[in-house]
Amino acid sequence: MVKTITSWLSVGLLSAAVLTGCTTEKPEPQAAAEPVQEEVDPRGEILALSCASCHGTDGKSTGILPGFYGKSASYLKTVLMEYKNDERYSTVMGRHAKGYTDEEIDLIAEYFGSLSKNNSK
Amino acid sequence: MSQKFTRREFNKLVVAGAAGSTLGIFGGVRPALASEKHVVVIGGGFGGASAAKYIKKLSPSIAVTLVEPATTFYTCPFSNWVLGGLKEMKDIGHTYDTLKNTWGVEIVHDEAVDVDAAAKTVKLKTGNELTYDRLIVSPGIDFKFDTIEGYSEEVANTAMPHAYKAGPQTELLAKQLQDMKDGDNVIICPPGNPFRCPPGPYERTSLIANYLKKNKPNSKVIVLDSKEKFSKQGLFTKGWERLYGDIIEWRPASKGGKVVSVDAATMTVNTDAGPVKGGVINVIPPQQAGKIAFAAGLTNETGWCPINPITFESTIHPGIHVIGDSCIAGAMPKSGFAASSQGKVTAAGIVRLMHGDVPAPPSLVNTCYSLVGPGYGISVAAVYKLTSDGIVKIKGAGGLTPMDADDDQLSEEATYARGWYNNIAQDIWG
Repeated sequence: MVKTITSWLSVGLLSAAVLTGCTTEKPEPQAAAEPVQEEVDPRGEILALSCASCHGTDGKSTGILPGFYGKSASYLKTVLMEYKNDERYSTVMGRHAKGYTDEEIDLIAEYFGSLSKNNSK
Repeated sequence: MSQKFTRREFNKLVVAGAAGSTLGIFGGVRPALASEKHVVVIGGGFGGASAAKYIKKLSPSIAVTLVEPATTFYTCPFSNWVLGGLKEMKDIGHTYDTLKNTWGVEIVHDEAVDVDAAAKTVKLKTGNELTYDRLIVSPGIDFKFDTIEGYSEEVANTAMPHAYKAGPQTELLAKQLQDMKDGDNVIICPPGNPFRCPPGPYERTSLIANYLKKNKPNSKVIVLDSKEKFSKQGLFTKGWERLYGDIIEWRPASKGGKVVSVDAATMTVNTDAGPVKGGVINVIPPQQAGKIAFAAGLTNETGWCPINPITFESTIHPGIHVIGDSCIAGAMPKSGFAASSQGKVTAAGIVRLMHGDVPAPPSLVNTCYSLVGPGYGISVAAVYKLTSDGIVKIKGAGGLTPMDADDDQLSEEATYARGWYNNIAQDIWG
């Protein structure tokens, strides 16, 4: 498996997820890498995309499941943390929220908070 | 795993995450590419249609062509509700109009019959050829009809439907249930693992039992299972006892459930414990990756497709990504939700690759709702991450509806099952 992982990485595809435990070590910017003009946080984006499967594209729900498009990042963070810590009743959201670190919940909340803010401009 | 990388390697690895700190001046949409890139997607189901939409959503300048024979796609999720008389076919049919008109996906209603991985071309049934920079293969499942003696595609299309690809098969089984004489029994034969939608046969059992209870009170459902246990078993069994009593009889493989052969002429299923006759017989055969995955040489000895779980790129043919039921995705089940989640991860990964960026680590999710009765829902959920063991469930998260859930919660889950379907269908097909 180590060999497999290494070969995935060697083709230029990478994952910080496989490196859980390393994240306290602050990475140094790569000298060789071009400065990248990023418009979205790619981690926040990939964490957030799954949410649409129950809550609608960009959190715009069509029905009974709560939509959250237009909510602020701080509101979303509070709610997600409450689900995670069993401080808010749910059927499945508690089960989902426990799958994310506090930092990942921040990234998800920031992604949706910024999405609606930018689109409303 | 962390210790297995040097600091230099690690720095390389996290550059994507570290670089992405400035949010949103483009509202989530990336600027145009210098030269247009082309992605071809084979299969317009949960995986393929999700990938097609999300590539266009994240980077409109990438050209996306979706190849799908059907003009209306009928979903397997909720097809059991049709069998149970709770939904109609039109409720589970989706067209490609929104993908085409709103998202700018080119839709080709044709069948992909071959792929040349070296030339990067897809051959279509009509004889046309498509070229791609990257290809996404999302063909769902194919059935191994010949693994059950007496069963065949022809038998499936006439006497004993599988109804495990929604469409005419669903309609055939629904009609057979309606036409069945009160007092005859419905036989359901689920396959061994792995197969599409692990709770599917048991939701089907539940909703057919619900239909029989109302419409054919002297009939039963007998499940002849090739397994010893099944998805959400405790919750289903409890629900069956509460709602249906002795209308449902489940026989595990070791207690007469193992199907040896079928006889369409006499409507009989032969097990190692003897023959069982049915008024309606639903045989769900063992499965493998969709045909095009075999034609393209994307499968291994398991009959499924090995992939690199960061972007679901085939480990056999670079440049081709395999998602959904056909791929080997570690702990993820073969479900529509999982396929859609994989489609989005692949879309985001391909967009980054085409823009010269490094893909972000994958984050994958699955939620499967099942109805035990019209107002009695149960679910299983999981969040997945990539580790040195491949795609694994995150411990402490996910799991089942609690066994002691009260009726209010079960009713809520049934309501949310409907809400989920509406939103995922909107998210994928618009």
